[in-house]
Amino acid sequence: MLGLARKKLGSGNLPSLIGDQVSRRISPITSVLPRFLSGSTKQMMVREALNSALDEEMSADPKVFLMGEEVGEYQGAYKITKGLLEKYGPERVLDTPITEAGFTGIGVGAAYHGLKPVVEFMTFNFSMQAIDHIINSAAKSNYMSAGQLSVPIVFRGPNGAAAGVGAQHSQCYAAWYAHVPGLKVLCPYSAEDARGLLKAAIRDPDPVVFLENELLYGESFPISAEVLDSSFCLPIGKAKIEKEGKDVTITAFSKMVGYALKAAEILSKEGISAEVINLRSIRPLDRATINASVRKTNRLVTVEEGFPQHGVGAEICMSVVEESFEYLDAPVQRIAGADVPMPYAPNLERLALPQVEDIVRAAKRACYRSVPLAATA
Amino acid sequence: MALRLARSRLLTHILRGKIEALTTFDGVSLPNLIPIWFNSSPANGNDTCRGGSLSNTRNFCSLPHAGSVQANEILTQDDKGSISQVLDFPGGKVAFVAEMRFLAESPKERISCYRVLDDSGQIVSGSRFKEVGKDLARKMYTDMVTLQIMDTIFYEAQRQGRISFYLTSFGEEAINIASAAALSLDDVVLPQYREPGVLLWRGFTLQEFANQCFGNTLDYGKGRQMPIHYGSNRLNYFTVSSPIATQLPHAVGAAYSLKMDKKNACSITYFGDGGTSEGDFHAALNFAAVLEVPVIFFCRNNGWAISTPITDQFKCDGVVIRGQAYGIRSIRVDGNDALAVYSAVHAAREMAVSEGRPILVEALTYRVGHHSTSDDSTKYRPIDEIEHWRIARDPISRYRNWVEGNGWWSDADESELRSNVRKELLQAIQVAERLHKPPLRDLFTDVYDQVPNNLRDQENLLRQTIKKHPADYPSDIPL
Repeated sequence: MLGLARKKLGSGNLPSLIGDQVSRRISPITSVLPRFLSGSTKQMMVREALNSALDEEMSADPKVFLMGEEVGEYQGAYKITKGLLEKYGPERVLDTPITEAGFTGIGVGAAYHGLKPVVEFMTFNFSMQAIDHIINSAAKSNYMSAGQLSVPIVFRGPNGAAAGVGAQHSQCYAAWYAHVPGLKVLCPYSAEDARGLLKAAIRDPDPVVFLENELLYGESFPISAEVLDSSFCLPIGKAKIEKEGKDVTITAFSKMVGYALKAAEILSKEGISAEVINLRSIRPLDRATINASVRKTNRLVTVEEGFPQHGVGAEICMSVVEESFEYLDAPVQRIAGADVPMPYAPNLERLALPQVEDIVRAAKRACYRSVPLAATA
Repeated sequence: MALRLARSRLLTHILRGKIEALTTFDGVSLPNLIPIWFNSSPANGNDTCRGGSLSNTRNFCSLPHAGSVQANEILTQDDKGSISQVLDFPGGKVAFVAEMRFLAESPKERISCYRVLDDSGQIVSGSRFKEVGKDLARKMYTDMVTLQIMDTIFYEAQRQGRISFYLTSFGEEAINIASAAALSLDDVVLPQYREPGVLLWRGFTLQEFANQCFGNTLDYGKGRQMPIHYGSNRLNYFTVSSPIATQLPHAVGAAYSLKMDKKNACSITYFGDGGTSEGDFHAALNFAAVLEVPVIFFCRNNGWAISTPITDQFKCDGVVIRGQAYGIRSIRVDGNDALAVYSAVHAAREMAVSEGRPILVEALTYRVGHHSTSDDSTKYRPIDEIEHWRIARDPISRYRNWVEGNGWWSDADESELRSNVRKELLQAIQVAERLHKPPLRDLFTDVYDQVPNNLRDQENLLRQTIKKHPADYPSDIPL
């Protein structure tokens, strides 16, 4: 919460916002979703979306198999792989011993030899124990072997903060993995994102890091018939404009997309029309969409949950400075998590993460308005 | 998971019910349950090996069986029909014992080492090994010599500044060639970096080796890696990667893939004594046993990890002893005995493929050369130690004695081979040196399957810059 130093927190805010968060978790955000999902009557939870994507890809290609702790008998630590062991058997759904370095290395070796592993990390915090294999064995191999060793592997699991899980279970790794050439990094938000991007990741011949979010697993989103089709796939490297606007561009990914959409709603009541971009793909970053949007609105707010230094927002800002500097009417605003290891106590945790009002204030700063104007049409 | 829960409930029930029985245990002590290591009786020596071929290879691994047979006997002797002396624990019954006894940190005797040829190249009497015919024997010998000469000349080339780096396999020629000879081309090789002999055996030419070392346009690695980081999909040899022991879990994954394909093949991975300290060693061996995959873990215990002697690397009896800790059948073999290495790997492969299990082979040898051209090993070990192993324990001359003893090799053959190989190598180096380097385009390809837009843009920008400032770009490097 970078804006915290400048504002005194009113005592009345805290309880109501917690209640807000709780109610947000059980009721889906339907009001701010784009209206072009025509005929969307079915709702799907992100968890279901991921499960169905895995199921369909495993069914379509016998080389796809799953590996991870608790993915089989336990039905998945977060139930993402529910039912898959029963359906595909222990040869294709492997419950692994507790060694991230081990099973990641094994997954890469299997991929070298032509299989398509989907490796689950119970959270991406644990991926650090395997990061040598992700970077040195997976990301760089195709290049170092001059195309002889390709690695069609997917690393997936929850990333970023959950609720009350402390520093070693809450870090966001988007910037870490997006730093490395040879990897692709995807961050779904909605159920549609989850299905389309996971399918694309599994089908992609390059190693893909697929960053989910634990708090989004239980969220439902409306979903169209097209998305439900087993051939549905989203392109990697393409962002989605969740809500069009003309005054300020807000980029976000994963859970923060929901927050940005809420912020946009609040801003619209105050006469600021925000354009919300769901990045979907952190590497490759959809610089074209971001820059086109900034050229339209002339103002930019980047939102992410992770630590601010060397984060995703920094890269987006630089991209805009490189390509659309003359179009900027205000400095780029960056909203990120606090530069501290995530604390546990709920009040501290809330302060360490971006909240909707932080995004609202940042947008207003970008629009040079710290005092709300009277509502205009 | 459900099964495990059921068992643990039974366990609690047993424990609760039998606590009484245990406390009234009448002091009749069970025969001392000697730890399994101590049962390294002649059982695994000579009783069941028949004939000249290793047909009954299982008997080399009778250690666990000996142990469990002992445990059963104890039970029947004291069997009163009650289960108070035995714990039904996941993995098998565990006998109770009244005496508190710690398993010793090391066995009374070190695990013995399999060998076929004695130091002078004569077959040790009573030894059992896989027969090697004339053609195979000659190819093994000529490849060992070729490897040695190749190492000598490339090492010199580095010293002359013609290549930037090199790493020799002196002293480990038998390991390289004999292990490769025991495998099929379908077996997938995941090397560390001191196994170019395996590639040589499979058909990699001296020119191909030279091209990679010089990083020229014909290098299969497109000039992306340091010398000695060879790779060949065609020969099923996965490209060398520098980090130590990362190839071990890779080998398990590749073996898993072979198992799923139901192929008549295994994966084999090589590593040194130092590599066994890496976490990946532990994870790979544990996993291979749990997943039941056809993989051969081949450890070249050559005494040194750069300047770290094995006495500083681990405190146990080498590497072979750890196999059983993971549930893996293991053998210790004389790494400087080509026939022993050949037999052991042949048997290991049989078991790995037909039984779908991992095998650990520890080959005792010595790294005669320096760790690499960036090392001077005389700084940390005595020169006479190096000389002793280089001359008295040379695997090539030992094997040569045996081949010559069979009438399959002569001095004339030797001088002809050595001069031919030397000539071919010098020629290959000259050619490799003169070939131009990879084109600029190869800077940007293979990062991903398809070249992404940002790299395409970068390449265009780079070409424009070169066009604008031609004097800044070397004229002998192709665009």
